[in-house]
Amino acid sequence: MSGIPHDHYEPKSGFEKWLHTRLPVVGLVYDTIMIPTPKNLNWMWIWGIVLAFCLVMQIVTGIILAMHYTPHVDLAFSSIEHIMRNVNGGHMLRYMHANGAALFFFAVYLHIFRGLYYGSYKAPREVTWIIGMLIYLAMMATAFMGYVLPWGQMSFWGATVITGLFGAIPFIGESIQAWLLGGPAVDNATLNRFFSLHYLLPFVIAALVAIHIWAFHTTGNANPTGVEVRRGSKEEAEKDTLPFWPYFVIKDLFALAVILAIFFAVIGFMPNYLGHPDNYIEANPLSTPAHIVPEWFFLPFYAILRAFTADVWAVQLVNWITFGLVDAKFFGVLAMFGSIAVMALVPWLDTSSVRSGRFRPMFKMWYALFVIDFIVLMWVGARDTEFPHDWISLIGSTYWFAYFLIILPLLGVLEKPNKAPDTIEADFNDHYGHASSDADAK
Amino acid sequence: MSIKNLTLTALTALTLSATGAVSSGDGGHIHDTDFSFESPFGTYDQAQLQRGLQVYTEVCSACHGLKYVPIRTLGDDGGPNMSAEAVREYATQFEAADTSDDADLGDTREAIPTDHFPVSGDPNAPDLSLMAKSRAGYHGPYGLGLSQLINGMGGPEYILSILVGYTGEEKEEAGTTFYENTAYPGGWISMPPPLFGEDVDFADGHSNAIHHEAEDTAAFLMWAAEPKMMARKKAGFVGVLLLTMLSVLLYATNKRIWAPVKQRAKDDAKNS
Repeated sequence: MSGIPHDHYEPKSGFEKWLHTRLPVVGLVYDTIMIPTPKNLNWMWIWGIVLAFCLVMQIVTGIILAMHYTPHVDLAFSSIEHIMRNVNGGHMLRYMHANGAALFFFAVYLHIFRGLYYGSYKAPREVTWIIGMLIYLAMMATAFMGYVLPWGQMSFWGATVITGLFGAIPFIGESIQAWLLGGPAVDNATLNRFFSLHYLLPFVIAALVAIHIWAFHTTGNANPTGVEVRRGSKEEAEKDTLPFWPYFVIKDLFALAVILAIFFAVIGFMPNYLGHPDNYIEANPLSTPAHIVPEWFFLPFYAILRAFTADVWAVQLVNWITFGLVDAKFFGVLAMFGSIAVMALVPWLDTSSVRSGRFRPMFKMWYALFVIDFIVLMWVGARDTEFPHDWISLIGSTYWFAYFLIILPLLGVLEKPNKAPDTIEADFNDHYGHASSDADAK
Repeated sequence: MSIKNLTLTALTALTLSATGAVSSGDGGHIHDTDFSFESPFGTYDQAQLQRGLQVYTEVCSACHGLKYVPIRTLGDDGGPNMSAEAVREYATQFEAADTSDDADLGDTREAIPTDHFPVSGDPNAPDLSLMAKSRAGYHGPYGLGLSQLINGMGGPEYILSILVGYTGEEKEEAGTTFYENTAYPGGWISMPPPLFGEDVDFADGHSNAIHHEAEDTAAFLMWAAEPKMMARKKAGFVGVLLLTMLSVLLYATNKRIWAPVKQRAKDDAKNS
């Protein structure tokens, strides 16, 4: 499976040989588990396991919750209360599922930002990156529809606002919106199809995850130096790598256990901290909440959506050029989807020949600013749109696009990168060699 | 409602939008009280829940329902923990829909513990089952959510503050009387003052000053909204404890597995 030379599975017993000639499934599992992995991976390479765990946890808890949930506008809200009060362990299942979504996104953001720093998206790993972005989009769709299911006030009004975004598309928007909702407004048909799709999409994600893993098992993992594993011979490759089992499985499981300890503290002691109190009020189409706020993991993109108002000259210009076809609302929608599109295109926007940010002095600063930008956008997405929040979200959104469309392409030309180590082995030995000489001195 | 109207309303709300990630109920003055159920170690005070139930029964229930709460849960561990007998007797004061074979539609019978509390008697009075979780007393600062991280969401504090927040001022607007309340966002609430102090006599001799009554009511409503809190915290402790132990074991395993690899790296670095 992997392009890195290594020992493959050899069937030994008669049965193993019999099976292997018919279905090489043991070999597939063996090659997947024993894949040569760069030995210098740092602690930012643990999020993949955390994400895989999240997906399984969400599917398992979700399937059980679905046994007790009723997707009908008159019964959905009370069926949630039934789960919370009458189902054995139901309150834990629901809190795990709701906060599990938060952990899922927390992990995926760190996973994505790790990729952006270490250049994991660069050739030959573009396909891994693109599949990853598709997983991220499917996650957002799943989380959004899942938030609608409790049929609280934020569920209903969040669904109304987000499906309303599609209504901003010229000519066909209203038809698309009605088609998504199954009617003229968010109602029983909407709730039913969201439940159906919320149950379906995780399995689509699982399939995409399998392809994601297949893709990077073909190219081999990236690593903090961005230097490729030597592939001349098995002996050479073994100097740069260690098998995934047990070295990285145990390391990742340790990290997962620590993260889950924190996760259980959140579920046990503050399970509603990340939620919105309004969602404990049953949906009421006649009463709009004072504030409609999405969940925290959507906030940066929500901020970008709201940033481009009719006061912004760029919006006015586009409006004028397109003869009013692209109004401020549609511009905002385009900006929101565009902000994810530019991220998906980063393998072709980043022109630097050096993969890892560790050896790019100028990139490091712009990247740090980009991380701050993400956090500021997340904060401002939950604030009102009064001054100075309107300016902050506009500047933040502009930087988001500038980072991908201007800074990354230019840096490849302007920046003088530092020298990367020749091999992964040299990087690893350098790291632990220094640590030991310090220890010896003491 | 047409799709356009709904979208417009939603977008208006969106542009008027948020002061914080969690923002319902902001603006009023909130009393901070140390409830027994705060902090990871906090538990419900059984006697307080029973007093709160009494205030609810004698005062609040005139208008407000608790439709999601099954009456039998008054006997649950981690709740008011009333005896089966007391719960059965308590239930008899309510009516429930009679669904037996020979009953006509609309017939009622005396409630039994497996029935739920009634719905609100006054259609304008919101149901109280989830009130303590659907309001936030604490906000900010600056939308950072730190206040709620430290103090909790502040739902029970909000209820307490509403109950003691009346100033005595009233005004009439379009045929509705509003009462000034220091805790209510906007300052004017349509609910008349429900408590004045000495509204109920507690069997355990606890003070029935308004602040005590309000505190007991808020605690009871917190239980009504989150009846499994004690089981949840216990599960949290067990989970954290087991996972911490697992972390330690995995840490040691990881160290041991990697030790020869790192030793080889040391040796190589020395030799080179």
